[in-house]
Amino acid sequence: MVKAIVTVVGIDRTGIIARVSTLLYENNVNILDISQTVMSEYFTMVMLCDVGSSSVSFSELKKQLEQLGSEMALSIRIQHEEIFDAMHAVN
Amino acid sequence: MLNQSQILETVRMIEQQHLDIRTITMGISLYDCANANPKAACRKIYDKIMRYAGNLVRTGEEIETDFGIPIVNKRISVTPISLIAAASDTPDYVCFAETLDRAGAELGVNFVGGFSALVPKGMTESDKKLIKSIPEALTVTERVCSSVAVGSTKAGINMDAVREMGRIVKETAERTKDRDGLGCAKLVVFCNAVEDNPFMAGAFHGPGESECCVNVGVSGPGVVKSALEKVRGESFDVVAETIKKTAFRITRVGQLVAEEAARRLNVPFGIVDLSLAPTPAIGDSVAYILEEMGLEQAGTHGTTAALALLNDAVKKGGVMASGHVGGLSGAFIPVSEDAGMIDAAANGTLTLDKLEAMTCVCSVGIDMVAVPGDTSAETISAIIADESAIGMINQKTTAVRIIPVPGKGVGDMVEFGGLLGHAPIMRVNEKSAAAFIARGGRIPAPIHSLKN
Repeated sequence: MVKAIVTVVGIDRTGIIARVSTLLYENNVNILDISQTVMSEYFTMVMLCDVGSSSVSFSELKKQLEQLGSEMALSIRIQHEEIFDAMHAVN
Repeated sequence: MLNQSQILETVRMIEQQHLDIRTITMGISLYDCANANPKAACRKIYDKIMRYAGNLVRTGEEIETDFGIPIVNKRISVTPISLIAAASDTPDYVCFAETLDRAGAELGVNFVGGFSALVPKGMTESDKKLIKSIPEALTVTERVCSSVAVGSTKAGINMDAVREMGRIVKETAERTKDRDGLGCAKLVVFCNAVEDNPFMAGAFHGPGESECCVNVGVSGPGVVKSALEKVRGESFDVVAETIKKTAFRITRVGQLVAEEAARRLNVPFGIVDLSLAPTPAIGDSVAYILEEMGLEQAGTHGTTAALALLNDAVKKGGVMASGHVGGLSGAFIPVSEDAGMIDAAANGTLTLDKLEAMTCVCSVGIDMVAVPGDTSAETISAIIADESAIGMINQKTTAVRIIPVPGKGVGDMVEFGGLLGHAPIMRVNEKSAAAFIARGGRIPAPIHSLKN
């Protein structure tokens, strides 16, 4: 399993979760956990995914998500989970 | 499990507060490249750098993609060339600089450091040849950085070398006058030089280092500034605590990237350098941190105390986050590379004298300071001597990277471009130090160097 975190930030609109999860599904990326909030029209979503069986390379997946982000006027990022662990967890 | 706010905090640090890895620097030993024939030595140097660093830039870019954090520079440092070229039968060492430049260009790195000599106590024939070659080397190459260590706490200050370096700085400025003396931006004079510094222009792969290793320099003044915005008006106890926590987080990312780069490149991890390195971008300034602490502008009274607190808290926070801390590790205060410092120097709040005081409590020293083109070589030597004395007595690294900009005077601006930024020409003291510099010899090592 290779864990990555997708963050989506921007103005709320219909279809954000649908389109992001469809893109991940089409690339065989499994979603492990989702948390999402909307505060005064501002949408934020954090998804924990497994990219270990992804049908495309990580950089290609990133490119597709960024492309979707620009189509929907959202900021969409994907990063390996380790950077967040390093910064916030002392194990 | 991480919570959403922690994840978004990391994203904000990268997207809005300029958190980045400033450099991955691969240190490469060139000992086995020494050869009596300079052409053969250069060929071996070129081949070795290409062999070891062939994947450096690509690996850096892959890590950037995977972790989603910018890695601004990929660089190479090598064994001080004066030690390698000593074996070669040649009067000048420019060909070695050209070789480093060619390898750097081929690999796509932005700087190659190590056109260097270590002369705190005395100069070998090879050191003299290297130092003489510096102006030409920095004129004909683009990526090569040069450094000369002229003093240390253990050895004292080599005042012959200090005198010589004043002339070399002047000549380098003159030779690159069509680019406002840009050559001097790639030339550092050190006291207590460190062997594992990943930052340019002072990086070299020291004689005590291994065959090859990876050193990483982190950055993040913008992140510290943003953290302090949330504790406005609170006591210094809170300020120090806030900086420590922030430095810890920044350094943990540096450690992660360093370990990952070492693993992917299959070379040992060297050190993480905890320096807070600014860039000319708005919001990426060390001066703004000092101002956030309550100073109207960097350079006013209180600046030295603010910087001392910042520098110490960064180290305390960072040291637990990394397995091996090294390099320069402290706040950098380069004038031309820091938007807040540029403003402070331009309106006269920050003077050369105040900068000198600040260097007593932070990393490095008189860095990227532009002075009038008619500043004498002796005055530049005297500035180097003062900085070296601060380093020698306080057992810390100090450095001088100064640009006497040909044809320009106090109040003019000079543009170096890119990360090197722009700077106002600062006033130097006009009284002469020529007779002082003319003495030569060595300033003996201080009493506290005798520790055994």
